[in-house]
Formats: sequence, structure tokens, C-alpha cells
Amino acid sequence: MNENARPIFTVAPRRASPAGWIAIVAVAMLAVVPLLCGGPVVDKLTTLCVYVLLAVMWNLLAGYAGLVSVGQQAFFGLGGYFALRLVEAGLPPYPALVAGAFASAGIAVPISLFLLRLRNGEFAIAMWVTAEAFRLLVMFDPLVQGETGTSLLALNAYEPDLRRNLTYWVALASMAAMTAGSYWLLCRRIGWAARAIRDDEDAAASIGIETMRVKRVIFIVAALGCALAGCIWLASAITFQPRTNFGVQWTVFMLFMVLVGGLRSFEGPIIGALLFFAVQEIFGDFGAWYLAGLGAVAVAFALYLPEGIWGALRSRTGIELMPTQVKHP
Amino acid sequence: MLDAIVQGILLGGYYAILAAGLSLMFGVVRFINLAHGDLAMLGAYLALFCVERLGLPVWLAVAATLPAMAALGWLLQATIFARTLKAGILLPLLATFGLGAVLQNGMFGLFGSDTKSLGNHIGSLSWSSWQVPFDISVGKLPMFTFVVAVFVLGALHLLLARTKVGRAIRATSIDPEAAELVGIEAARVHRVAAAIAVALAALAGAFLAMRALITPYAGPAQLIFAFEAVVIGGIGSLWGTLVGGIVLGIAQSLGAWLSPQFFQLAGHVIFLAVLGARLWRTHVAEHGGWRNVVSGVRA
Repeated sequence: MNENARPIFTVAPRRASPAGWIAIVAVAMLAVVPLLCGGPVVDKLTTLCVYVLLAVMWNLLAGYAGLVSVGQQAFFGLGGYFALRLVEAGLPPYPALVAGAFASAGIAVPISLFLLRLRNGEFAIAMWVTAEAFRLLVMFDPLVQGETGTSLLALNAYEPDLRRNLTYWVALASMAAMTAGSYWLLCRRIGWAARAIRDDEDAAASIGIETMRVKRVIFIVAALGCALAGCIWLASAITFQPRTNFGVQWTVFMLFMVLVGGLRSFEGPIIGALLFFAVQEIFGDFGAWYLAGLGAVAVAFALYLPEGIWGALRSRTGIELMPTQVKHP
Repeated sequence: MLDAIVQGILLGGYYAILAAGLSLMFGVVRFINLAHGDLAMLGAYLALFCVERLGLPVWLAVAATLPAMAALGWLLQATIFARTLKAGILLPLLATFGLGAVLQNGMFGLFGSDTKSLGNHIGSLSWSSWQVPFDISVGKLPMFTFVVAVFVLGALHLLLARTKVGRAIRATSIDPEAAELVGIEAARVHRVAAAIAVALAALAGAFLAMRALITPYAGPAQLIFAFEAVVIGGIGSLWGTLVGGIVLGIAQSLGAWLSPQFFQLAGHVIFLAVLGARLWRTHVAEHGGWRNVVSGVRA
């Protein structure tokens, strides 16, 4: 083969890596947990699935496509709201939750036409304003009763154990599907295009990448993931309060998980989510000081370990479980 | 309605003070400080602390708070902001957002969740007003805030236009590397800009605390308002922030005049509309005029 004809980089392997098989086995094992363990364990695992889902989605958006959004709570909250509305319209709760998430992702389409033209900080804050605008709009709905909020009482029709398990399975399935889906995206042409845009949008456009189309796909996928997380949260918390469901604290959590675990690596956010879950379990009762500590740790990571735990580990040891990096031959 | 417009204009003065620091940071240091609103709240709580615990008169408390907050701004720039700036656009956003979480929850831990106000400590200024024709009452405090805003922007304008520091700031904002070549230390200029910005945020926070009740978690909303004022007025323009603040203030008070719930929403809507109009104008300019765009001709 001519030396010049050699590819400059190779894309991640087409067959599943050992880590991929391990992940599939892990998901299969997690799926049977409700048959073996009690309710509290299932509830905790549901929360963990929501965290992993949020972290992976935010990393897809900010880490891989350079779209730093502080307004993903817009889709998180809207997903729950649409689900409530669909139940009110007569749909059974679980189909309504999934349909609500897709409706929320549908709202991301017109938003993407507008906001994705903004860059960096402007995009970040415009997303935040959008989330606030949705929160205020949703509060006008008599169903939500302003600040008071409402509850997904239709879920009470299910027997508590069944409801808990169903919610958990929906959470696990959403988490697994969205994580696998984003890995699939990242290993394809669009994933490379997204990273090129992140590194230099003008340069990416100049080599023929349709920047708007690529950003839109990533944005809508991330919106769907956050909306699914919002719907699962609604199913496990039952209550819907605009201030909580549209709260900016979701972004703080996503930021913490991704930054601590490792931005721009596929494994990092998952590790970050596991860590965040553990931290939440141990220190969650400390309230405000705990949240201040989260912020401080995030700042420390931004300053001293911007590549996160997994990034640091990877650069020291060279291990890579789910490769999404360019490999130079 | 005329009354709502007048109140909106005066409210714009407050937004101008709040937004001036954000705009300065954006123009000179080229990053958006997502903790700007929380720093404003910190300034307000510091002033409250001086009044309630140390027994200082309000004006002295504010006068003591501003240098302290300027020093904090200097320090933040030297330790956190400068370090993250080297690594592109992502880390400054993440670091300042994290800082915001620290400030909000730290203030909550230190000062508790009770809403507080400086209003009780400024005597009749907090409620008295002048009656002017057309049945409009002009509050003394909003008027005073507006006058201070014009004064602050004027002083900032003179600083930038006439002094050596101002020239250095302008040079750095246009091209930091070229400024370094002619002997300006860009990092130092950035620290000065951050000091001014944080002091202005604290001043705005003090005015907010005189006018309204504040909580440790009020910062993010103030950041959003400041950012809206900056974008509406045009990024990087000093007097633009006053115009932006006034437009935002009018939108909000007209919204509140329709229904109290519309106060914030009207502000967000005008912001998104201005942003949309600007993007549309760029789009049109890139595609050979609005006739081509509307009729679908590709330039």
C-alpha cells in the first residue's frame, strides 16, 4: 500500500469491545435486580440511572459538541409537564411518560433553529433564559397551579411494588438505550464532525461539515435524554413543582458529574455519576454546605484537573474501555 | 401605562449598574462570569452585615463593601479566572458556575434562608416619592439609583477614555497580544477590570437590597437580567448597557402592569426577540438582502 494512502486515523472498532460486552452483561444483571432485592435498592438504582443518563447527555452536548448549555432543565421539566398533560388527556401513565419525553424533544427542534446560531457563553445563558421562560409559561397552566405544582396521581392506580419496578425498568432501558445510542453516534461520521465543530467551528464549516445539521442532531438527542430523565424523575417523585423540575440545580449536578468524572471521554461521565451518587448518599443531609462543597469541587477540578478523574487515569495509563478518541497508527 | 414606563426606565438604572460589570468583563477579559449575580448578592449581604452587626450607617457600609468586593474581584481574577482562561471557553463557564454554587450555598449556610432587606435602614428614602404631572409618582430610591447609574457609567466612560489605565484596558480588549508588545501587562489589566466589575456588582446588589427583599439564591435571576440588558444594549458597549437596562426595565414593568406574573416573562421575551432579530439581520445580510430571503432566492 502506498504510504500516502494510509488512513491518518482509525475509527473505534466496529465490533463490540470487551468493555461493551461487560456493559451489556451489567445491564442484563441490573434488569433482574428487582426480582432479588427490596424496594429501597430499586429506588436508589432508579436515581442512579437518572444521574448516568443526565451525565452522558451533558457530556455529549458540552464535551463532544462544545455546546455548553446551562438550560437543559428546560427539557427535563418540559418532559414531566407534557407527561402530566398527556395523562390528563387520558393516556395511561407509562406510555405518557415516554411520549412526554419525545414531545419535549420535539420542542428542541424549533429551539435549535434559533439558539444554535449563538456561540459559547451566549448560547449558555440563552438556554438558561429559555428554561426560565418555559418554567414561567408552565406555571400559567391551571393544572400546575403556579408555584404549587401538582402530582401524577394516576400512578397510584398501580400497586406500589409494580410501580417501583416499572419505573426502574423504564429508567434502566432509557439509560442503556441513550448511552448506547450516543456511543453509536460518536463512533460515526457525525461524532467526528461534532468534535471538529467543538474544536473550531469556522474551520469545520470550511472543510464542508454542515455545522448546523450536526449540532442540531446532537442537541435534539441530548434534549430527548434529559426529557426522559425528567419523566423518570416525575414517575419516581410523583410530584411536579416548576421550581424543582425546571431548577438550575440539575445543571449543577450534570456539570459536577461530567467535570469530575472526565469531560470528553465516554467513561468519565458514568464514573462521575457513580461518584456523585455516592457523595449524595453520604453527604446529602448536609444541605446547603453540601451543595457549596459540590461547587467548590467543581471549581477545583476545572482549575487543577480539567480532564477529570478518568481523563487523568487515561493519560497516565493509556487504558481505554470505550474508545471514542482518534487513534494515530 | 405611562406610570409603568416611567418605573421601567428607572428600573433600567439598576440593571445598568448590574450589567456594566458583566459587560466590562465580557469586553475586556472576554468571558462571561456566571457568578456575577451571586457576587452582587454577596455584596448585598456584606453591606447588610456591616449595618446589622457592626452598626454602621448604610452609606458607610456600602462604602466599606465596595473596596472589599473590588479586592475579591482582583483575587478571583488572579487565582481562578486567569487560570481557566488559558484552556478555552469551556472551563471559565464551568468554573464560574461552580463558584456561583459555592457562593449561593455558602451565603445560605452563613446568613440563613430569611429574606433580608436594607430597606428598614434607609429611613424614608425607601418609600417616599415625588408626585409629578399625569398622576405619576417617582420613587426617590429608584430615582437615586438611576442617577447613580448615570454617574457610574459616566465615571467609567471617563476612566476608559481619559486615563492611562483606561487606555490600557481598551488596548487589551482590542488585542491582548499587541497590548503586551507595547508594554501593557494584560493579566494586570484583567485584574483591574475584574475588580471594577465585582465592585459594580456589589453596588447593584446593595441597591437591590434597599429596594427589595433578597435571598442567598437570588443571584442567578440577577445574572440573567444583567445578561439580558447587555445583549439588548449590544455587547461591549458601555452606554448600551443603560439602553439595554431601560428596554428590559420597561418590558418588565409593562408586563407586570398587565399581570404581576408577566414581570419576568416579558423580560425574557424581549430578550429572545432582540436576539432573534439580530440573528435574522445577520442571516439576511449573508444572503443578499431580505427580498432574496423572503422570495427564497439563494444568493
